[in-house]
Amino acid sequence: MELYTLLRHFADSWMLLFLFLFFVGIVLWVFRPGSSKTYADTADIPFRNADKPAQAEETGK
Amino acid sequence: MSNYIKLIALGLVTLIALMGINYARDLAYMVHAMIIALVAGGLFLHILRNMEEPIVLPDTGNYFDSVIRAGVIATAFWGVVGFLVGVVIALQLAFPQLNFEVLQGFGNFGRLRPLHTSAVIFAFGGNALIATSFYVVQRTCATRLWGGNAGWFVFWGYQLFIVLAATGYLLGATQSKEYAEPEWYVDLWLTVVWVVYLAVFLGTLIKRKEPHIYVANWFYLSFIVTVAMLHVINNLSVPVSFWGSRSVQLFSGVQDAMTQWWYGHNAVGFFLTAGFLGMMYYFVPKQAERPVYSYKLSIIHFWALIFLYIWAGPHHLHYTALPDWASTLGMVFSIILWMPSWGGMINGLMTLSGAWDKLRTDPVIRMMVISIGFYGMSTFEGPMMSIRAVNSLSHYTDWTIGHVHSGALGWNGMITFGALYFLTPVLWKRERLYSLSMVNWHFWLATIGIVLYAASMWVTGILEGLMWREVDANGFLVNSFADTVAAKFPMYVVRALGGLMYLSGALIMVYNLWMTVRAAPAKEQSLAVAVPAE
Repeated sequence: MELYTLLRHFADSWMLLFLFLFFVGIVLWVFRPGSSKTYADTADIPFRNADKPAQAEETGK
Repeated sequence: MSNYIKLIALGLVTLIALMGINYARDLAYMVHAMIIALVAGGLFLHILRNMEEPIVLPDTGNYFDSVIRAGVIATAFWGVVGFLVGVVIALQLAFPQLNFEVLQGFGNFGRLRPLHTSAVIFAFGGNALIATSFYVVQRTCATRLWGGNAGWFVFWGYQLFIVLAATGYLLGATQSKEYAEPEWYVDLWLTVVWVVYLAVFLGTLIKRKEPHIYVANWFYLSFIVTVAMLHVINNLSVPVSFWGSRSVQLFSGVQDAMTQWWYGHNAVGFFLTAGFLGMMYYFVPKQAERPVYSYKLSIIHFWALIFLYIWAGPHHLHYTALPDWASTLGMVFSIILWMPSWGGMINGLMTLSGAWDKLRTDPVIRMMVISIGFYGMSTFEGPMMSIRAVNSLSHYTDWTIGHVHSGALGWNGMITFGALYFLTPVLWKRERLYSLSMVNWHFWLATIGIVLYAASMWVTGILEGLMWREVDANGFLVNSFADTVAAKFPMYVVRALGGLMYLSGALIMVYNLWMTVRAAPAKEQSLAVAVPAE
């Protein structure tokens, strides 16, 4: 089988399936239990450290 | 040590550029060789004169803001230049006498048109993206920009790219690919700058102090990575000579066309959409003083957008040599794109829920909201125009130009203005903007300008499309091309008027920002800055 045909069949079968499942996986993962709390904290990032970088001792929360 | 390496490299570049002036096979190459010789030679002297100076270590206790200030100035400057050239070419279309005889070959429509598109997309939009991405990535990672002076290299390297591209268009160096006109050596230079940009951005993300990467950075990163990929693949070409600006494309025929529109549409998708969505996800919450409406939606928005956009390009090639399956694929993906686009729009608009009263009092947030509104409108219009039946009417007409401008002026322009109004007082440590009523003037001039532009282009586009396909009882075409040109004249005048209003608004903004830096009251030092007695 020539390379083009091989790649083309791979692209519209296994790769397509992989990308689709990857996307579905992201959607499911976003709604995992406990995510709301994490995301509330992440969504607040713009309201921290507006003037200066975080100091070393504050690293990680 | 590194200074010696820099001196050797710059000396070699200067020498080769000087040889280039001598051997140049065309005018554009010669002028570019002069520019490069001047820049490299000047840098050589600058480094030589500062050889023994002590090395100033970067202030790690603060953000790297000087390069962002320069980016804000460059954005405003290139914006005005790009809008001005746009008004000029709009008038040239309405009044062909403005293609002056003395300027033939330099200042006629064909030469100025790519100057306009590149100036607004890459110079205005690109500088806005680089400046805001540097601002946002530092704040949301709570760390100084990685790479020290690499940030300055990205800024000045990008300006050099813009100057080389712009002068090249005027002098006729173009590879005739829309939005990718610059010739091979300019493409190579942009690749170098872009790789450093990616390194600076990634380096900052890697050394972040926040455990999570804020969503705006995901959008910025996808913009940087995808543009690198698009740029390299679409510009694969072989120079005819090392001493000339001509090059030959590696792809040919329909493959070349497909590569070009894969590039072209994803320039829209990742440069003008993903990058600017990064801006939206930071500056709208900041200005509204509320976190984004749904962070979960923002993650789904991101993945859906980047998974779908990359396939939409073939809708530019309906009814061409491109196989039907490919253009159908592009059309279907364009229509599915409705969903993530509107998901993002809803997320941006709903960030204001509970703060809608700010629309009355804060013209900056009004600007951001109308930009999201235009985003929603043009991402509705785009999929509709990608449907083959609609495209048969709209393609090659002014409808396309109207669509592009409602997106570019409405979405990209307005969100950038909003970001500039936000950034200027913060970066120059001013308490507030110089004048909010001027922002109001800018808002209304720009909005009415866009409405005039888009409405006139809808009318002339549909008129043109219908006139082209009109046949008489015997099946002969009724109108000649010149008939459509004559019929469009009033709409072209309205379009130029809309552009003029948009330009006036931008000039008011520049004055307002200038006076903010010059005359607005300085922000008082906050107590936190004072050094505590230990």
